[in-house]
Amino acid sequence: MKSQSKTRSSGPVGLAASDQRELLKDAAALLSLPARRLFLRRGLTLGGLAMLTGCSVTNSDEAEHLLMRVSRFNDKVQAWLFDPDRMAPTYPASMITRPFPFNAYYTEAEAPDVDGKGFFLQVSGLVQKRDIWSLEQLNALPQEEQITRHICVEGWSAIGRWGGVRFASFLERIGADTTARYVGFRCADDYFTSIDMPTALHRQTLLALSYDGQTLPRKYGFPMKLRMPTKLGYKNPKHIVEIFVTNEYPGGYWEDQGYNWFGGS
Amino acid sequence: MAHNAIATSQEPSTSMGPKSAIVQPAWVRIAHWLNALAVLLLVTSGWRIYNASPIFNFRFPKELVLGGWLGGALLWHFAAMWLLAVNGILYLVLNVLSRRLQRRFLPLTPRQFLADMAAALRGHLAHEDLTHYNAVQKAAYLGAWGVLLLLVLSGLVVWKSVQFPLLRELMGGYDNARVIHFFSMAALVFFSAVHVFMVAVVPKTLRVMILGR
Repeated sequence: MKSQSKTRSSGPVGLAASDQRELLKDAAALLSLPARRLFLRRGLTLGGLAMLTGCSVTNSDEAEHLLMRVSRFNDKVQAWLFDPDRMAPTYPASMITRPFPFNAYYTEAEAPDVDGKGFFLQVSGLVQKRDIWSLEQLNALPQEEQITRHICVEGWSAIGRWGGVRFASFLERIGADTTARYVGFRCADDYFTSIDMPTALHRQTLLALSYDGQTLPRKYGFPMKLRMPTKLGYKNPKHIVEIFVTNEYPGGYWEDQGYNWFGGS
Repeated sequence: MAHNAIATSQEPSTSMGPKSAIVQPAWVRIAHWLNALAVLLLVTSGWRIYNASPIFNFRFPKELVLGGWLGGALLWHFAAMWLLAVNGILYLVLNVLSRRLQRRFLPLTPRQFLADMAAALRGHLAHEDLTHYNAVQKAAYLGAWGVLLLLVLSGLVVWKSVQFPLLRELMGGYDNARVIHFFSMAALVFFSAVHVFMVAVVPKTLRVMILGR
């Protein structure tokens, strides 16, 4: 069973234990006798009930719906607050967090092992040049470095050093439609996310190929990561295998589960 | 009739002003309860967010936190913040425009505060006239406003340390802002506990905050 760094223990509205018991008593009473006996033998749980009815039993669908609407409103507010000319703070090498933490919804041993030699980055969507890119080709492009603070939505942060291609210039090279709304990413570990175009074009948004002067290691996202010091950690995808430009909302692994999409710091 | 000092202090209040006088106008009462709700949602969801990466060597019990998982707690936190902010701004503006701030909370001097605090600790602070706050109340309520402001400002830095650089530097950086946010929360929770205790000791204040008089 994969370990989850943000395990979902109950719905967003956290049904109180006493409410759960009342709900289950009502539900059990509605079942026919044989089904009820089977159910009770297996243990009366909300999870079990959900499987029987095929739908969620949180009695606060309206609350969850409203909360998600506010989150989407917050996306608009954050887009308004975002200043493309405001740079995230940078730090001296002496302040780099050592060791830099590993964080994912699986253990370090389960991180994907991508073979760099046969690897090609896929490019698709609203771009003029849909060529694939080898790591050699990407490393031949002008490289930049940054030492910036990685802030996790959990609250902790760590200072790291990343090097790679400025993403704005990469988008220019592939002839991306920079009037499009979203840039999306698909990753080797089934992770996926998407960002707004203004952040994609931000000067500090980096298609990172190296960490602390070495090829980006597997645990930090080999073959490449999108480093954005203007966004929280879960918005910085690792193990990128495909980049696409689109006007249709692509969502994201955590965002589809309720985390805020803009996720800006 | 026998006149007895103890009986006098237990007589029902006769000096709440003229019978028709409102002690707390409707806008104050509405703002008060909306604020109480916002604070409850923010504190309990904030505790769940804290639990995701504790600053100190403890976690808040899961029976006390709101949201279930981190994703849910964040949704509550970033929704309730709007209630606190909009309601808070309206409340502050109305207090200044109606001059209630100047009438009810000021003036306040350290001497008045110490005198009233000493009386309170000896059990001699009267609560007959609810149209006036004593100096301890004035200090406590103004302090609560100040702590709420600190919570909002430090919260903005924790939320967006890149977009609010001046605030970030004033707070001593991202990590320090988290600490300020935590201790401001602790101060607010302490205030709230004392506040609720005092309402229990002088129950007519609860009636006043619901019915206005």
